[in-house]
Amino acid sequence: MLRLPPFRYHRPATVAQAIEVMGEHAGDAMFVAGGTDLIPNMKHRLFEPGHLVALKGIEELRGVRIDDGHLRIGAAETISHVASNPEVLNRFPALADAAGHIAGPQLRNSGTIGGNLCLDTRCTYYNQTAFWREALGYCLKKDGDVCHVIRVGKKCVAAHSADTPPVLMTLDAVATLVGPDGQRSVPVRDFFVADGIVNSRRAPDEIVTELRIPLASAERKQAYAKLRVRKSIDFPLLTVAIAADLDGDGTVRSIEGVVTALGSRPHVLTGWGDVAVGRRLDDQVVDELAERAHKQCHPLENMIVDHEWRRAMVPVYVRRALEKLGAA
Amino acid sequence: MSNNGRKIKSDWNLIGTPMRKVEGLDKSTGRALYTDDLVFPGMLHGKILRSPHPHARIVSIDTSSAEALDGVHGVVTGQDMPTTYGIIPWTPDEYPLCVDRVRYVGDGVAAVAAVDEDTALRALELIEVEYEELPAFFDPFEALEADGSTPYVHEPKKADWNGNVTKKVHLEFGEVDELMDGSDAVVEGEYFFEGSTHTAIEPHCAIGLWQAGGGFQRQDGESSGKLTVWSATQVPHYLHRELARVLEVDQAHVRVLQPLVGGAFGGKSEPFDLEFCVAKLSMITGRPVKILYTREEVFYAHRGRHPFHMKYRTGATAAGKLTSVDAEIVLDGGAYASFGLVTTYYAGQLLCAPYEMPAYRFDSTRVYTNKPACGPKRGHGSVQPRFAFEVQIDKLSERLDLDPIEFRRLNFIGSNTRTINELRVTSNGFMECLESVERESAWKDRFRKLPFGCGLGVAGSTYITGTNYPIYPNDMPQSGVQMQVDRSGRVAVFSGASEIGQGCDSMVAYIAAEELGVPLDYVRVLRGDTDFTPVDLGAYSSRVTFMVGNAAIDAARKLRGMVQEAVAEEWDVKPGEVLLAGGLALWAPDTERQMHVKEAFNLAEAKFGTLGSTGSYNTPKDVHGEYRGATIGASPAYSFTAHVAEVEVDVETGIVDVKKIWVAHDCGRALNPVLVEGQMEGSAYMGFGEALMEEQVFKDAEHGRAGLHDAPSLLDYRIPTSLDTPELQSLIVESIDPEGPYGAKEAGEGPLHPSIPAIANAIYDAVGVRMDRLPFSPPNVWRALEAAREADTLRKPILNPGAGAPTSTPELVPGD
Ligand SMILES: Cc1cc2nc3c(=O)[nH]c(=O)nc-3n(C[C@H](O)[C@H](O)[C@H](O)COP(=O)(O)OP(=O)(O)OC[C@H]3O[C@@H](n4cnc5c(N)ncnc54)[C@H](O)[C@@H]3O)c2cc1C
Ligand code: SF4
Repeated sequence: MLRLPPFRYHRPATVAQAIEVMGEHAGDAMFVAGGTDLIPNMKHRLFEPGHLVALKGIEELRGVRIDDGHLRIGAAETISHVASNPEVLNRFPALADAAGHIAGPQLRNSGTIGGNLCLDTRCTYYNQTAFWREALGYCLKKDGDVCHVIRVGKKCVAAHSADTPPVLMTLDAVATLVGPDGQRSVPVRDFFVADGIVNSRRAPDEIVTELRIPLASAERKQAYAKLRVRKSIDFPLLTVAIAADLDGDGTVRSIEGVVTALGSRPHVLTGWGDVAVGRRLDDQVVDELAERAHKQCHPLENMIVDHEWRRAMVPVYVRRALEKLGAA
Repeated sequence: MSNNGRKIKSDWNLIGTPMRKVEGLDKSTGRALYTDDLVFPGMLHGKILRSPHPHARIVSIDTSSAEALDGVHGVVTGQDMPTTYGIIPWTPDEYPLCVDRVRYVGDGVAAVAAVDEDTALRALELIEVEYEELPAFFDPFEALEADGSTPYVHEPKKADWNGNVTKKVHLEFGEVDELMDGSDAVVEGEYFFEGSTHTAIEPHCAIGLWQAGGGFQRQDGESSGKLTVWSATQVPHYLHRELARVLEVDQAHVRVLQPLVGGAFGGKSEPFDLEFCVAKLSMITGRPVKILYTREEVFYAHRGRHPFHMKYRTGATAAGKLTSVDAEIVLDGGAYASFGLVTTYYAGQLLCAPYEMPAYRFDSTRVYTNKPACGPKRGHGSVQPRFAFEVQIDKLSERLDLDPIEFRRLNFIGSNTRTINELRVTSNGFMECLESVERESAWKDRFRKLPFGCGLGVAGSTYITGTNYPIYPNDMPQSGVQMQVDRSGRVAVFSGASEIGQGCDSMVAYIAAEELGVPLDYVRVLRGDTDFTPVDLGAYSSRVTFMVGNAAIDAARKLRGMVQEAVAEEWDVKPGEVLLAGGLALWAPDTERQMHVKEAFNLAEAKFGTLGSTGSYNTPKDVHGEYRGATIGASPAYSFTAHVAEVEVDVETGIVDVKKIWVAHDCGRALNPVLVEGQMEGSAYMGFGEALMEEQVFKDAEHGRAGLHDAPSLLDYRIPTSLDTPELQSLIVESIDPEGPYGAKEAGEGPLHPSIPAIANAIYDAVGVRMDRLPFSPPNVWRALEAAREADTLRKPILNPGAGAPTSTPELVPGD
């Protein structure tokens, strides 16, 4: 078995305590929620913090409730609770669907929605053991100075690989962040940046405390589709989330599509409104939307699965998601 | 698992009925002990430093800083064990740790024993190795063309040889070219079988314990000691021999123990570096030393299925009789020989049934490359050619407008016969296998008739039930079993057979209970210890039920004879009239006359003294030809299998959904049908995984670094989850083998073979696209579909039986 590097484990009872402990060990501490991403990464020696600050025992970070016109999900709520929560299922079926497609049952029982939002980017040259990476000669994201995917330049393009953020984006979800300097709200849409090394605007000492989804978003038709090789366990090779406001007769008032597992952050498909607004989602429109998506998506060789196939699957999965949405 | 359709045998009390596994409860409750569960006072933990280079000369190794680290008790390098070993006595080409050269990323160079794993890992970082990198070989064809201008993977045995060649075999039977030329149809195809690994759930683990002195005084006056090694191995006997030889310890002072093994599938069937390292480190430190591989190390230890590059030409008459088969095979062997010499033969030798071949030629070459060594995996050497050949037959059937099941029937080799390569075939239930899958899959109503995208495919196969000869030449039995009964009625069975999850401990228990008439829970199987069990050669080549089973019957019947004689004397009847069954001794003419089996045993002990017996089995020696290599592939019996697979192909994505596989297998006799079905389902599952997703592949120079394993983890090396697994229906066929124990043959490896070609043939039936390269992963299938779309050939193939024979001029049908 791979060994973990040594660390001290802190179990604060409140967010305030967590921030405090983090401050005491600034630069040498990380938050851990379910640990399903962080622990394997530590075993691979991608992170070797001297201190882990556990979030799952913090009561304020748990629960799913309706309040103030929003569905509020505590960041340390488990993925399986999110997937099976009746409010989520009724109002935001695409989110339940996405959560239910994360990893496998054991990992969903321990992984959290906050951890999913903060998931580290993934790459075939990065998610490997210390020995393997040494044999490789390391890479830009960790310990090295070249990128093996894009061999020129100094940019890491490791793949954003989380299932729920694209759906959260199409539902206008907002993340609440609490740090030593107080609280702020960041729409999930603006949470990510195009840098594979650190792909979010969250500061290392900030906690995501909750995700708020406006109840108004429940009016939207939603769909989610995931490409993977196996029916369980696998990270997405491509994820498509779509939400649309439709008139009674099916005419599109607004539509948004987000794809991920390509580059370092989820990609909002552009030009969709131009195609679809004022029209119904008939075969013609679906084909045009799929074509737009295809033109914009260029999977890279950051995963071991054939990137040309992944690219060819973009219009297929967009079409399938749109069909699901039409049927919803 | 249901009892539906399962025949309950009446000839025996237990044999043929569903029974629990003797260690089943321990395993399902977590009580069972595997090697890593064992902990000893003062035990140290070892780690192995591995090469980051695919091919390099070791210039120097400095272990002084590691040795100086607090908590480190011992460090060894290749220099400490400079003796080569190898499972095949003719190709010893590995050192326990590399001495002067590393040959793949992951090759071991030094090992450390320390108070805990973390200290051992820190010590590895302190070992300084200076390497001089060498050009490496990754492609077998490039390795074949090497001229020695850069170092070969191994030094050639003769100056003008190519050191990259492990073995070349060329065998020819009958008039291959003449019959090929005279064929009405010839199909030519090129196939590629990607390498795959075993993924046993338990990583390799070993513990070494050296007890210096130990009471032994050597002739030369030096005090010796006793070496004990616990290991998750499937070949304790071979390990015993190699440990003694390499470490220069008298074999009599070496003891190998084999705790329960968490799966092996061929991946633990030879000695590995960790076994030598724990032994040597214990000799140095005087303390027990344990090494447990990481999953990554298991991928490097490998010995999995060789990538095979295959070319086949197969001819037939217009009436559908095979005429001639011509094969050319290149095996990508990786860095060491392992079982490769045998694999090179098996690649050709095991193809000659269940169909009659009037002529056959194969040319098989195994090549060294700078990658982890390939070896035996479930269906050793014969799964790859079987894939190619059964697809060839499908193409040929279509070419001749014959139903592929009918084609296979037409060419059935029969029972009690010899193959073209002179292997003796006795029992053969292949026709029943074909009938079962044909009936259960509703083949006649559905083949070529399902809607576009859905398809059925069939394939057949055969496999050995053990190898006729042991790995090192000797005339001693292949298997031995010892039994003793005591005054309580209990039977102790001392079995050297390797329980790797397949159920061989249960099998000997069933036999002891059957023959001695005791309840199953009166049997204790004492196992896995070379100090007190007779030799069995190991759990490989599907030999155990047949060989150990026969040895167990031999031992049990000797005891039974004594008990019968003693009871007969007491009752004043004939010994043959005394039955032992259901915990009783009974008089056959009037079963009211009975006594508890314990009393019967006591009578026997009073008459004969302490009761014990030994039994053994050796193979018949007249079952093969006389040519060089004729013994490789020879087996006392062959199993036969047929599968039908049903698939649905998503033509947009290339995702193949295997809906169901019907698995019919002739296992001779199912001693316990539950275990046979388990083997059949497990085999079909494993073949299905190889067909659809598994690939042991490596990065190239354009992708990071050549020779680096693509994904040495179970997240990225994908094996099917239970959700991916098709419905599997097992159909047991019993041909009752004349020499098998109660007629039993093998069931552990044969049923894997047809999965892969049956799925390939089903994909063709679904969409008219041939998959001649493994795996049929979504991207690969999608590429094939795109090519077919381009060529406008993407459609349901048509069945046109009796449409008339092709013209008599042989026409080549290129294997797309
Ligand atoms: C085999 C396997 C398969 C997987 N498959 C998928 C998949 O299909 N789809 C998918 O999306 N994910 C997958 N995952 C990843 C992971 O399980 C999930 O993303 C999960 O939701 C992560 O949550 P966690 O609580 O376990 O995160 P952790 O591992 O605890 O944390 C991940 C990161 O987020 C930070 N963090 C966590 N919570 C907070 C917070 N509240 N505030 C600030 N920072 C925080 C941590 O510091 C760490 O850097 C898989 C993982 C494994 C091991
Ligand atoms: S994208 Fe490049 S830099 Fe980023 S993890 Fe992969 S190889 Fe490293």
